[in-house]
Amino acid sequence: MRAGDTAPILAVPLLLLAALPAMGFADWLTLSASGLAMGMLLFLMASGLTLIFGLMDVLNFTHGAFVGFGAFIAASVWARLPGLVAAPGLAANLLALAAAGGAAALVCGGLGLAFERVVIRRVYGAHLRQILITVGAMIVAEQMSVVIWGPDALTLAKPASLASSFIVAGGAVEKFRLVAAALGLAAFAALRLVLARTRIGLVVRAGVEDREMVEALGYRVRRLFVFVFAVGTALAGLGGAMWAVYAGTVTAGLGGELTVLLFTVVVIGGLGSVSGSFLGALLVGLITNYVGFLAPKLALLANVALMAGVLLWRPRGLLPLVRT
Amino acid sequence: MADPALLRLAGVHTHIGRYHILHGVDLALGEGRLMMLLGRNGAGKTTTLRTVMGLWRASAGEIRFAGSALTALDPPAIARLGIAYVPETMGLFAGLSVRENLLLGTGPGGLAASRIEEVLTLFPVLREKWDLPAGALSGGQKQMLAIGRAMVETRRMLVVDEPSKGLAPGVIDQLIAALAALKAAGTTILLVEQNFAMAAALGDDVAVMDDGRIVHVGTMAALAADTALQVRLLGLHLGSHQ
Repeated sequence: MRAGDTAPILAVPLLLLAALPAMGFADWLTLSASGLAMGMLLFLMASGLTLIFGLMDVLNFTHGAFVGFGAFIAASVWARLPGLVAAPGLAANLLALAAAGGAAALVCGGLGLAFERVVIRRVYGAHLRQILITVGAMIVAEQMSVVIWGPDALTLAKPASLASSFIVAGGAVEKFRLVAAALGLAAFAALRLVLARTRIGLVVRAGVEDREMVEALGYRVRRLFVFVFAVGTALAGLGGAMWAVYAGTVTAGLGGELTVLLFTVVVIGGLGSVSGSFLGALLVGLITNYVGFLAPKLALLANVALMAGVLLWRPRGLLPLVRT
Repeated sequence: MADPALLRLAGVHTHIGRYHILHGVDLALGEGRLMMLLGRNGAGKTTTLRTVMGLWRASAGEIRFAGSALTALDPPAIARLGIAYVPETMGLFAGLSVRENLLLGTGPGGLAASRIEEVLTLFPVLREKWDLPAGALSGGQKQMLAIGRAMVETRRMLVVDEPSKGLAPGVIDQLIAALAALKAAGTTILLVEQNFAMAAALGDDVAVMDDGRIVHVGTMAALAADTALQVRLLGLHLGSHQ
């Protein structure tokens, strides 16, 4: 991030303030908390997408499928742990959440590795072919989840101790959303730390700027990319798992629906930028909640309008990468 | 018998898309020598360097470095043989700090204090800019950083593309000093340069390219002394081209 890039960071508090006069304080508090939590979850899912694009210029429209698989895997694990889910203690609930999220991340990371090897590796450098094959793979993945988990929506009970809400100044903040927000925040902090402080993070950041030069310095960017792809799909799976519990229901169409939101987040943030995606995800989460409350019919339009507005202001996104 | 040359190109052809750029380049660079690669724009100098680094694939011919066939290797493997490359665009990472750019030039051990001192002694201005992003440096400072990055680790060969381009004379003198120090330390250097004064100050050997081929090979001293040869090969003479 460069000096002088503070304006985009202010966009989130400005949006929070701008929404306040449009509704009562209690509603504002509920919607803001829920919007920020949704944003953190969106970030969890979008962080991999932005790195995958930034590092290897790969447009992966299948990313949403990993979110969908993560959600279904979490639902399956959830169904096998009714004792832990219904237990009144926080520790048991968190254990169930860790089991569901961990299984989703592991399986999706593994699927991501296989997907990179079988599909993505063949279409490096060819955007049109990437779009065609990853959109195709998305359809296949959706149908696969219908075959495996059936055509009907699966429902997940909220973990017993996290289903209730804190009441603050008349506004309700669901406890589970705080857990989701904490997880998203932790993922953001961890990614930032790895990118800023480790050798591997340094090579990733350099590779996002100029892949060829990184290779001429002796680093194998492709090998690194496989690792980033696996981490990205694992995060998508984890995000999907959290989303499943957050929404309480999973359908085969989930991945496809979220793909649009995830690309919105990544484009708003600046392709390849992790911090940008974080801001973009918070804005999308807040706008979705505010507009969904104020003018539900405009909810779908709101994020497109947000994207258009951001791109008019900053054509390369909120925190674009420096490309040499 | 072992090849006396550290780097040898034999009959190298390179195609970029449907364009045939190199038409059989033959070149031999002895260990510890500094060779200037001269020639007008479009003669194939940059393509020759990029082909050596594996960034463009040779479509025919052979490139050997210290006994290894480079044509069979990818750029990371070529770099790991001990070859540092400074492209014409300098290849810096604008969003990364001066320190991080240097760090990328090192092996797993990271930045060795003695090597940093060496770089900072040659280019003291980099010390002041240590934590600034490379994108905030001036053109001359960027070139210093690019050369500095190529020398923070011991290399057998340095491949540099037009380091003096667009730089002030004072900065060029600093670059000449840095390259001379590297040469004195035994590094083999292949340097593309349009600035004849810089070429004449540094070069042991010279190769002149035209239309994707080497058209002249000799010592730099002989070329610098022979105005008629300069005019014939380069269309210029030493005094008129700075």
